[in-house]
Parts: sequence; structure tokens; C-alpha cells
Amino acid sequence: MTKGLTIQELVAQSEEANESLGRLTIRLQCQELETTEQELRGKMSENLQVMRHAVEEGLTGQRRSASGLVGGDAKRLEDRRRTGKTVGGDVLARTISRALAVAEVNAGMGKIVAAPTAGSCGILPGVLLTTAEEVGASEEQLVEALFAAAGVGIVIATAASISGAQGGCQAECGAAACMAAVAAVELAGGSPRQAADAGAIALKSMLGLVCDPVAGLVEVPCVKRNAIAAANALAAAEMALAEIESKIPLDEVIWAMNQIGNVMPCGLKETAQGGLAITPTALNLKETFLK
Amino acid sequence: MSYTAFDIIGPIMIGPSSSHTAGAVRLGQMARIILNEEPAKVKMLLHGSFAETFKGHGTNLALTAGLLGMSTADERIPCANELAHEAGIEIQYISADLGDVHPNSVRFELVGRTGRQVTVTGSSVGGGKILVNEIDDFPVELTGEYNTLITVHQDQPGVLAQICSLLAATQVNIAQMRVFRDRKGAQALAVIETDEQVESAVLDLINRLHPVIQAIAAKPVA
Repeated sequence: MTKGLTIQELVAQSEEANESLGRLTIRLQCQELETTEQELRGKMSENLQVMRHAVEEGLTGQRRSASGLVGGDAKRLEDRRRTGKTVGGDVLARTISRALAVAEVNAGMGKIVAAPTAGSCGILPGVLLTTAEEVGASEEQLVEALFAAAGVGIVIATAASISGAQGGCQAECGAAACMAAVAAVELAGGSPRQAADAGAIALKSMLGLVCDPVAGLVEVPCVKRNAIAAANALAAAEMALAEIESKIPLDEVIWAMNQIGNVMPCGLKETAQGGLAITPTALNLKETFLK
Repeated sequence: MSYTAFDIIGPIMIGPSSSHTAGAVRLGQMARIILNEEPAKVKMLLHGSFAETFKGHGTNLALTAGLLGMSTADERIPCANELAHEAGIEIQYISADLGDVHPNSVRFELVGRTGRQVTVTGSSVGGGKILVNEIDDFPVELTGEYNTLITVHQDQPGVLAQICSLLAATQVNIAQMRVFRDRKGAQALAVIETDEQVESAVLDLINRLHPVIQAIAAKPVA
């Protein structure tokens, strides 16, 4: 079903060595990249710093995209959260405002970390940084959680795809939600099996999502989909930590995602020739913008 | 294709799109390296999706940033036009049909400070990866992922043997090598991708080989 290691194998190896998926991924990457654990942790720590800066910058609401369609929404949400009025609670509000913040910085040509892609770069920072606050995770644990996410991402990229042009939005925001759910469970001290279940639940709920960007830009609906995918990851982690299992294992969910991506029409894979991209409003926006 | 943890969480880059922004920066870098001197005048012919969405993705800024030597994570990318202007580089962006090429393609027509001219055509093939597919009229395949030695030389026996012995003598291992020419006995172009960097002293020696017209060494694009 897959080339390279499967999720099942990663979980089995983690359980056997009695270590987290993050630590296992660090160990495997040390061998593959012929480098030291310290070096790998340092490099991932740089990624984490860039994620933090992007969150901070996005929350100021200063940055706008070239088309003017994107910018300022993360701040709107954060301002409302600070008044204490939310329907979904503070954790959810913080998660999605951060996801929006990073995605807005990306749309406005700011500095971000592709995770796994630029279009889906807000999901992991939103979920990870908020979960870390909730569970009081250390810097070291955050870096390990990023490696856990990367370990699962490698399997997705190898067995399926992480490109919207190949697999639709499910391959970008879906993969990111899966990775974020895995990272959240690891941060919260869940088992490797629970992390894989969370990833499976998150990805299952994003299957079939098409890539239909208005005017071909990484703006509408991409930015808000980052927020929704982050919320999805949080819900999936919550379920898995409560011992709720995914009836379909993550390896098979990834297989399904690939199968769906293969039969998805081209017009719905980043070409801006279908879906939201060809609605009257989208076509109007495109025309106005291209003038 | 194999992935590392940093292909998944990474690269650190200026948004919004790995193929329209990060890949475009890398194409600009390669064009600058192949020109092998400070550019004075650059015309960029943008094809397909590059032509349609360059404004929204900052593809033009990214290409110019690469020409100025910036990396994909350089926060000055959005100001690339102003910086090129300050550096006295004349830049032109033109929408064009380059024929049967990848939808994210660009042709650079470069003129250097000393008047050297070169045309470079390349594509951004996804996830920030690039492929240079034409240098002047030579069809090439150049990814920029390796240390690369590019030579233009007279097509005659023994040239490559001499270049390869110099590389061998300095412990530079060849990963891939391809040679292109228009016709027998005319000029040929070699693209030699290596595991190690070709030191400048070795490059000087290669440049001094009689049949070699020009040799350029490039580091992997960042």
C-alpha cells in the first residue's frame, strides 16, 4: 500500500522503544541525514521561532495581500476573544486566530514555514502553540511534537501527496490537520497509537476537499480553511485523547486520500477552473483584481 | 522521491506560494549565476500561470529578488523592484507564450555589466523545486539542487576528460553529467552536477583549458 515506512510501523517502533513518535522521528532522521540530534533539534527550533514570529505579526493585522482580499481577520478574532465573548471558548478562539494570522502573513508575502506547504502553513502553528499553552509544554516538547508531525507528514508525502495540484486541498490542509492532530496528542502526553488515531480522524474529515482558489491566489478560501482545519485537528486530538479510536487506520485513510486525489478532476486541483473559483463573485473579483 | 523532516516542516520562506514565490526566487538565482556577472538589463517573459497570477503571488518580485541574489526566506523580496532600481538594473516583465512548456515557466533575457548576453528558460515544477531547461539554444536539465559546473566549450575530443581529471584530482565526485551541442565541432555545453563544491582555484584551471570558453560553478540554490 505504501512505499517506505507506514504509520503502523512507526507506531510499533515507538511502542517497542517506549518513546514518542517525535523522538522516534528524530532518531530515524539522525540516521538518514547523517547528523546529530542536537543539530536536528536546533534546526527545528528555528522553524518554531519563525512560526511564533508569523503568529505575532499576523495578529497585529497590519499585513495585506496584494489583491487586498486578505488581511486583518486574525486581529478581528483576537480582539473579540479578548473581550471574553466567544461561542467556542478561549482555546478554540486562540487556535483559529493564530492559524488565520500565519495564513494572512503568508498571503501578504511575509515569512512563514511551509507546513507542509505555504498554503496550509497556519494550521500547525495554531494548534501547536495553543495546545502547548494549555498543557504547559516545554520548548523541547514543542520541537519533538514538530518532529512527530514531520514523521507523519513524510508518510503522507511518500504514500500519497502534499500538493494541491496533485491531490486537491485535502493533500495540503488535510495533511496539515492530520499532522497538527498528531502533534497535539503528543504534546498532551497521549500515546503513539492515540496520536495516529487523532491523525486518522482529522484527515478522514478533510477527505475530498478540493483546491479551488479564487483567481488562482493563495487567499480565498485558503486562509479561512487554515482556521477550520486547525479546529478540526483540535477536535480530533480531543477525541483520540479520550480513547476514541479511528475505525479506519491512518495508513488506509492516507491511501483513500491518494485514491480520491487521483480521480479528482483537474479543474478542482489548483487550476482555478472549478468550484469556488468559478462562482460569479470569484470571477468578478478576478476581473477587478487583474485590471 | 524521498522526504526529510525539513521538507515537511520547511522551508522557511516568504509566501504565498512555494511554486509561484519560492521556486521563482530560485529561478532568478540560477539565471544570475548563469549570466556570471552583475546584470544590467533583464527582460522576463512570463508564461502560463506565471503570466496570469504573477501580481497576486509576487512572482515578478520573487524572480527579481533571485536575480539580486536573495534567498527564498529574504524579507526584502516584496521590495525587489525598488532594490533592482537602486542597483541600476533595468527590469521588464512581459506576458508571453513560450510554447509547449510547464505552466509555471519564465524566459530570462539577460545582459550583464560587460555586455555579456544569455537567455535562460526555466520552470517552477512544484514545492519550490525548479528545472532550468534551456540556456541560450542548448536544451539542458538543471535542478539547482546540487553543486553545478556549467561549461561552454569547443566540441572536440578530450575536453570533458580534462575537466573530469581536474575534478577527480580534487576529490570532487560527479553525481550527474550531461553534454549538449548544436552540431559536431561547434560549441558544446556541459552540465556537471557534483556532490562537493568546485573550489575557485579548480574553476580557474578549468577556465584556462584551451577549448573552454567559459566555466561557471554554482552552489545549490537556497
